[in-house]
Amino acid sequence: MTLAPPRPAVSLLDAHPDTALAVRTRGLTRRFGDQTAVDGIDLAVPRGAVYGFLGPNGCGKTTTIRMLLGLLSAHAGDIEVLGHPMPSHLAAVLPKVGALIEGPAFHLYLSGRDNLRRLDSCDRTADPATSDLRIDEALARVGLTAAAKKRFRQYSLGMKQRLGLAAALLQPRELLVLDEPTNGLDPQGTREVRHLVRELASDGTTVLVSSHLLAEIEQIASHVGIMSAGVLLRQGTLAEVLAEGTARIRITTPDGPAVTSALTAFGLREVREDVEHGQVIALLGEHPVEDVVRTVVATPARVRGFVTERPDLEDLFVSLTGEGFDVAR
Amino acid sequence: MSLAEHTLPALPTAARPAYRGAFWRLYRSELRLMLRRRRNLALLAVLAAVPVFIGVAVRVSAPPKGEGPDFIGQVTSNGVFLVFTALTVALPLFLPLVIGVVSGDAIAGEAGNGTLRYLLTVPVTRGRLLAAKALGVATFTALAVLVVALVGLSLGAVLFGLHPVTLLSGDTVSLGNGLVRTAAIAAYVAVALFGLAAGGLFVSTLTENAIGAMATTIGLAVFSALLDAVPQLRSVHGILLTHNWLGFGELLRGQVDRAALLRWSGLHLAYAAVFLSCAWARLTTKDVTS
Repeated sequence: MTLAPPRPAVSLLDAHPDTALAVRTRGLTRRFGDQTAVDGIDLAVPRGAVYGFLGPNGCGKTTTIRMLLGLLSAHAGDIEVLGHPMPSHLAAVLPKVGALIEGPAFHLYLSGRDNLRRLDSCDRTADPATSDLRIDEALARVGLTAAAKKRFRQYSLGMKQRLGLAAALLQPRELLVLDEPTNGLDPQGTREVRHLVRELASDGTTVLVSSHLLAEIEQIASHVGIMSAGVLLRQGTLAEVLAEGTARIRITTPDGPAVTSALTAFGLREVREDVEHGQVIALLGEHPVEDVVRTVVATPARVRGFVTERPDLEDLFVSLTGEGFDVAR
Repeated sequence: MSLAEHTLPALPTAARPAYRGAFWRLYRSELRLMLRRRRNLALLAVLAAVPVFIGVAVRVSAPPKGEGPDFIGQVTSNGVFLVFTALTVALPLFLPLVIGVVSGDAIAGEAGNGTLRYLLTVPVTRGRLLAAKALGVATFTALAVLVVALVGLSLGAVLFGLHPVTLLSGDTVSLGNGLVRTAAIAAYVAVALFGLAAGGLFVSTLTENAIGAMATTIGLAVFSALLDAVPQLRSVHGILLTHNWLGFGELLRGQVDRAALLRWSGLHLAYAAVFLSCAWARLTTKDVTS
């Protein structure tokens, strides 16, 4: 009998062929000099997902995105976008991908509309007959119709960002790659982008959105990947990633030591007493909450409150990537 | 929302077909981009000013015999010669300047302001982008020469009248024949300058700094002219980029040495081919980090 080759940890994604993934990388690596900007990451973005790509500044998100789009070469690993290997199938794949990469960039002395016309003229898969119509629709979709004739030079940061989104929407897309799409937008603009992303996703467009606005991502993402210092630390559905063993319990009690020893004996990790607030805090881990409650109640300790806290994305992000304000490297 | 909840959309669709004439659409877009830029229009205006200055100066006071640039002595008697004089004056500096700016900017300019990454993700494949840029720069080069020639010819006609052309060899040919020779001269100069323009395009793929690329390209022409002026380097003069630029005078002889003209044009095109190959090799492997 021959041994089966070792399989990687079972993932939801193995159930589908690679065509179920809009983006897949294996061992993707890129170095700049002796610094490894992206270190063997395995990205898996399911079709139809809104994938929040998170990480502190300088962690390698944009480098990864540039490799996905064929702008940078990879030093190791391979990439599939919409089921095709990249960058070898770039010409077939990219017409179906809209991208906003590291902020908008347009010709300063052309109007918003002329800038879109320029990009549309460059797309060999774009129908010249419908060009004006599609440009108008894209401008309307991002609320730039009134400023269409203004020179790009005169645009505010938010208007520039909108024009970048409009460029990504000139053609129907199967995948949108949006690098910091709400950068520079006011609260209304941010809401609109959120709305737009939801709308596009409900039409079946896959959206890969990188951001540092975690609350934003938590509202729109179905999946998240968290990157730090070139490594993909976590990846999965938002629920999976959030559920990951970091839930805490917080017990309000005047009998802290008794509760602490009971919880430790039960097997909870990181049990500590917050004397000032009269609380005992512990990581819940995989234990069922009811079992913990039963254990605590079985002691003579007086319990005034019992709370289970699920961390939000920000807590998780900070716990994974560190507190510091400094860029990663 | 979990994976199970969202409906998987249809499997990947076939690649979208390209529309016919898409390359020409891209090329026209390149031309619009160049010609709508005020800087480039100003450069063309500078070129137009060359024959204007010479024409007006000669009209106001004819130069003493044997002084000034080639052909200037004949301008007063025949406006056609204003074209040749203007080209002679513009070739060492003004034309290389204009071509250096436009070709040096072609890719470095797009890289510098970030539009290159959006062009490449549209996608414009890199080979296609280079072809469109090369054709655009070639068109602008031809346009630059045409501006000098047409402004020279029209102003020459107004100020001095157009007459049958007395060639360098002393024969006189009809005005029609003279104009055909003028057109051939413009074409020769444009081909010669395309060698430099291709060099500019190559330099432009090396950097994100458009100003640097422009200066380097103009430097190429200046450096070549410098080597050309060192007598000790006579053995390599024949293959210098700029050496045969003024060879257009050959077209003003009774017996045109076609073989020499073809040889020189061949050299200019060889320069262009080498530079364009280098540009292709560079651009298609370049990491776009801007």
